[in-house]
Amino acid sequence: MKQTGGTPFWRDVRFWRVAGQVAAVVLVVLVAAYLYGNLQHNLQQKGLGLGFGFLRLAASFDIKELPIPYRPSDSYGRAFLVGLTNTARIVLAGIPLATLLGILIGVARLSSNWLVRQLSLLYVEVLRNTPLLLQLFFWYFGVIIRLPRIQSRLELPGPVYLSNRAVAVPWPASTEATGAWLVAAALGLVAAFTVWRRRTRLMVERGGGGQPGLAALATLGLALGGAWALTGAAPFAWNLPRVADGIRFEGGARLSPEFAALLMGLVLYTAAFIAEIVRGGVLAVSRGQWEAARAVGLRPFLVLRLVVFPQALRVIVPPLTSQYLNLAKNSSLAVAIAYPDVVSVGTTTYNQTGRAVEVVILLMATYLSISLFTSLVMNVYNRSVQLVER
Amino acid sequence: MRGWKVLLPLLVLTAIVLAACGQQAAPPPQTGQEAAPAASPTAPQTAQSRLDIVLARGRLICGVNGGLPGFSYVEPDGRYSGLDADFCRAIAAALFDDPNAVEFRNLTAAERFAAVQNGEVDVLIRNTTWTVSRDTSVGMEFAPTIFYDGQGMMVRKDSGITRLEDFQGKSVCVQTGTTTELNLADWMRRLNVAYEPVVYDSIDATYEAYAAERCDGVTSDRSQLMARRTVLPNPDEHVILDVVMSKEPLTPAVAQGDARWFDVVKWVVFATMEAEELGVSSRNIGQMLASDDPQIKRFLGREGDLGTGLGLTNDFVARIIRHVGNYGEIYDRNLGPDTPFKLDRGPNDLWTRGGLIYSPPFR
Repeated sequence: MKQTGGTPFWRDVRFWRVAGQVAAVVLVVLVAAYLYGNLQHNLQQKGLGLGFGFLRLAASFDIKELPIPYRPSDSYGRAFLVGLTNTARIVLAGIPLATLLGILIGVARLSSNWLVRQLSLLYVEVLRNTPLLLQLFFWYFGVIIRLPRIQSRLELPGPVYLSNRAVAVPWPASTEATGAWLVAAALGLVAAFTVWRRRTRLMVERGGGGQPGLAALATLGLALGGAWALTGAAPFAWNLPRVADGIRFEGGARLSPEFAALLMGLVLYTAAFIAEIVRGGVLAVSRGQWEAARAVGLRPFLVLRLVVFPQALRVIVPPLTSQYLNLAKNSSLAVAIAYPDVVSVGTTTYNQTGRAVEVVILLMATYLSISLFTSLVMNVYNRSVQLVER
Repeated sequence: MRGWKVLLPLLVLTAIVLAACGQQAAPPPQTGQEAAPAASPTAPQTAQSRLDIVLARGRLICGVNGGLPGFSYVEPDGRYSGLDADFCRAIAAALFDDPNAVEFRNLTAAERFAAVQNGEVDVLIRNTTWTVSRDTSVGMEFAPTIFYDGQGMMVRKDSGITRLEDFQGKSVCVQTGTTTELNLADWMRRLNVAYEPVVYDSIDATYEAYAAERCDGVTSDRSQLMARRTVLPNPDEHVILDVVMSKEPLTPAVAQGDARWFDVVKWVVFATMEAEELGVSSRNIGQMLASDDPQIKRFLGREGDLGTGLGLTNDFVARIIRHVGNYGEIYDRNLGPDTPFKLDRGPNDLWTRGGLIYSPPFR
């Protein structure tokens, strides 16, 4: 095969570009094939094959926190779903709490008050620089299950009961009027937001109008007042916890010690990282922006809201996404403190069935899905706060 | 027409062929850990028995737990104590007339069978339950049971709980394990009791949580509950319920396919049981050796050739009894009334006294 161009192919950079890619593909395929072949070979030697049929078998073990109905006679698949729901509970509760606390600490790190600044620095450095597993052990074995027994529970106003078997807090329970109130609140919020935006724009553009917050509150109050007039009842009834027979709690929301310790550990740990991200984001806005905003006569809150935060968010959101993903993945440490998350249920499943490979594949797929979903949502949000070029 | 455009499909083709080869030619793992269990059922009856290897080596390598007081536990001075450890010593005494010719290896639950299969240990005496799957597909051969255990439940004395039925609405600490959760769930389902299992992944966390009163009860093998109770802050405040939720016959194991070695381990264990039944102990072994009772003469090797038939010396029983003692002595030394465990013989008593300890005749 003679070269028409006179350049031999091994001197042709285009050949090497393609050949490099082909070599990479061959390498990846070979390694994957070897690993897969090895797995198959080992499983065959043990007389096992890969298969997920076991998920239909009866699980025959109990799980202690059941967001969805489950009995031991249900399948392993159902048990897995219970674990997944428990993981979702902790992640959904953890992300907003960690964000709120993180923003608070992050802003405190920038405070002009010396004490507040030093305390938040201490918080961040201690929680960020110790392993999460140790912190979970501390919160669980050192704090939560050292609380008094139910018989000699601590009672805080509310009532909030603290004991080493459960933490019971008041929880709103729906009534017949709840639906109407929710609709009114939703409409009121939309209306209040619209009013607030309009008044703010008026204020910024023409220097007139003013009091956007007050106007928005008034709108919302109007909507809720309407709901009150319509239903003549409160939006929900407080379901208060009480002590039954002196040995257990009834009513309210009862958090297990494991849930409470895990939530506490994850929120406090993740908040330390989020605080630094928030601080970094705010500091990334150049000083000139602050000065310019003040120079046009904006009040401090408006400086933050209109000038600093929109720019800081661009820096904050991408690393914040990573922290959310970390929180979701770190929730798998639940297994150490007896919270029945998806890993805990998976461990029991493979202990009983011997299907270690399948269970690990399932767990990996689960966390991958959770992470990809979180990323997707955060990326959409990120796009909305990015600079729109005109 | 560029040369490399023709070459590309060729490269891809080579890749596919190579990949296919890779898949077929994946070499069998030689680590032993994975391969061992399946290889054993078809393992050839090799000319060289493990017995010859041990005798040539001059000491026995015994796989134990090492962390379970009363069964096998490393004392502060480095000595191993416990029922399992003493049976290792009994085998060494029979082989070498020296109970200290043992090298102990601590094994985790996950390592133990692989360690037997690849020959890392000669015999496994590690509170291991004899089950059909371990006897067959895992490729073990189980010698007689040295301790009849079962899953039990420990509660606080002042809790008022006396039966599993009392667990309605109560919580149970449990370590995730082979079938502990399953046995518990089965029993509670049968009794129709709604309870709360609090599942930990480590043994220390489980008992730590129970000690902190996170749970009303803790479940595990009864032997483990006994052992763990001695290290709880106030051992006397805890009681182990009578209920037994599963059968856990703890049994020594050797690799399948080596009948000579299996026979040695089996009959060493039986010898301790037979000795107790015949009333032969380390205290009276001197007198017994002078006994005129033909049964005892045969048992201790002064008549017949029971020992040489096993590939041992004729006096192997006398060696075991002199150095380690009979089954009752071993039991009392490690678990009996003078130990912190104060464990009744229960099912581990001689069959003549209503227990399950029974040796086939020595004749």
